[in-house]
Amino acid sequence: MSVDIKTVKRVAHLARIAVSEEDAERMTGELNAILGFVEQLNEVDVSGVEPMTSVTPMAMKKRQDVVTDGSKAADIVANAPATEENFFLVPKVVE
Amino acid sequence: MSDLTQLTISQARAKLRSREITATEVTEAYLSAIERANPALNAYVVVTGDKARDMAKASDAKLAKGEGGSLEGIPLGIKDLFGTEGVHTQACSHVLDGFKPRYESTITANLWADGAVMLGKLNMDEFAMGSSNETSYYGPVINPWRRSRLDTVVMPTTHQGEGGFVSAGGTRTARTLDNAQLVPGGSSGGSASAVSAFLCAGATATDTGGSIRQPAAFTGTVGIKPTYGRCSRWGVVAFASSLDQAGPIARDVRDAAILLKSMASVDPKDTTSVDLPVPDYEAAIGRSIKGMKVGIPKEYRVDGMPEEIEALWQKGIAWLRDAGAEIVDISLPHTKYALPAYYIVAPAEASSNLARYDGVRYGLRVPGKDIVDMYEKTRAAGFGREVKRRIMIGTYVLSAGYYDAYYLQAQKVRNLIKRDFENVFVAGVDVILTPATPSAAFGIADEDMAADPVKMYLNDIFTVTVNMAGLPGIAVPAGLDAKGLPLGLQLIGRPFDEETLFQTAHVIEQAAGTFQPEKWW
Repeated sequence: MSVDIKTVKRVAHLARIAVSEEDAERMTGELNAILGFVEQLNEVDVSGVEPMTSVTPMAMKKRQDVVTDGSKAADIVANAPATEENFFLVPKVVE
Repeated sequence: MSDLTQLTISQARAKLRSREITATEVTEAYLSAIERANPALNAYVVVTGDKARDMAKASDAKLAKGEGGSLEGIPLGIKDLFGTEGVHTQACSHVLDGFKPRYESTITANLWADGAVMLGKLNMDEFAMGSSNETSYYGPVINPWRRSRLDTVVMPTTHQGEGGFVSAGGTRTARTLDNAQLVPGGSSGGSASAVSAFLCAGATATDTGGSIRQPAAFTGTVGIKPTYGRCSRWGVVAFASSLDQAGPIARDVRDAAILLKSMASVDPKDTTSVDLPVPDYEAAIGRSIKGMKVGIPKEYRVDGMPEEIEALWQKGIAWLRDAGAEIVDISLPHTKYALPAYYIVAPAEASSNLARYDGVRYGLRVPGKDIVDMYEKTRAAGFGREVKRRIMIGTYVLSAGYYDAYYLQAQKVRNLIKRDFENVFVAGVDVILTPATPSAAFGIADEDMAADPVKMYLNDIFTVTVNMAGLPGIAVPAGLDAKGLPLGLQLIGRPFDEETLFQTAHVIEQAAGTFQPEKWW
């Protein structure tokens, strides 16, 4: 399978990365080189093989459903580019 | 004492405990070495001098009372991927501009609890994506090793060669260093360069496809990627969560064992942290490997591999055989599919993990006309080319209609790769010996690799299988090539059998010796 520039632009939008025409063109070539390389996986017979979900067989760890953390709003917003009273500020999303 | 930076961790530990030297002296020695060397090597992105001095002072107070942990007063470098409270943590990406976490990663917290001293944050490929340390926002790291040329010099008969070999005919050979700058490998290039150039006693590193072992091999250092689940991933910036594991890079096998003992733990904050006690890895060093079964996988003999790598591998086989191990030929039939499967699984996980960098909660924000425009502009400005490439591949293979063909197929192949290893371990193989990399260190801005991303990816051909199967792997220096560059061998072990890796790597180290670059910086 290979991608065209239209697909590259669509994927860039899905990934929320702005791309110029020039970027998209370059990426089309690069992505096709990588997709060409991974193509060889199709020759592997995987009939009856389950997809891997975990490299180590282990039971999922569970803990008591109690509050163990919190009350650190100031820490959480400390690195944000824009905040007000422990809220993250973003451009208007609802009209 | 001459140069305190020359001491290994085990040597420094003994001298600190006997109070022959102080943590402050050792720390000052490293800080001045960094000041002199870093403009040339670019291994550190931040040096935390004041913090290092405070920590050293606290260590000296403990040591004076005969107290202190297993790493008391030992100065370490920390890869920029590890969250360090109040200190620059950016995964060497512009998107995390100005980020200083309000928490400490479990691994670094373990190291500080054992008394280690933090010298600073080490350069790396952006988000650990790369094999040359050239994708860092902070510029490439330079390998302290350089190629050299053997020249025959005619000597006056009265003068006998200093540092060279005296030949019967009154000539000697001398190595002349080439000026070309080489990469230290990646992604833990800053860690490897700093350890090799004596800018820290040891360093933390991480390995998703070979990012500890490949740079270790390129710099003549020892690097171990432990079993998936051995070291907590909590507080370490995520790249591909099912593959990421942290480990140390050190100057010798014993130092690597000492560091891993401190870094590894059982951590309730990481649900993939495995509930097994951490053994005393150092105790495995010096144990005989008599009767141990060492597997030699035929699939690791790849086309175009330099003869020197094959010769090194044969030397490694001979050393282990001489030490009493039984050498057996094995087959890992799905080896060639590990790298292509990796370039689906890792970008897929990365595209999901890196979705969080949106200009809202931390790091860079580039304003836009609405919120989506802000996201897109922030991510376009914040991520470098390689990171964007991988996010794009990951987004594509996970997108509707392609998930089964790519991601599901890759995860099935991954199970086959793991099964290959399980079969040879069930057949009684204790450890597997392979080359660590398909070449020695290459030049900065290598044109072939810049033109084709897949060429760069091939660096990890021998290491990536280990991440796909979640196994432990260690790279240990085993010799120099004709140009005087270090080459490494890799040992792969059973899950959670890091002890066998240290035990066997030590046998190789005893036979091969340790390697130091000639100082030019």
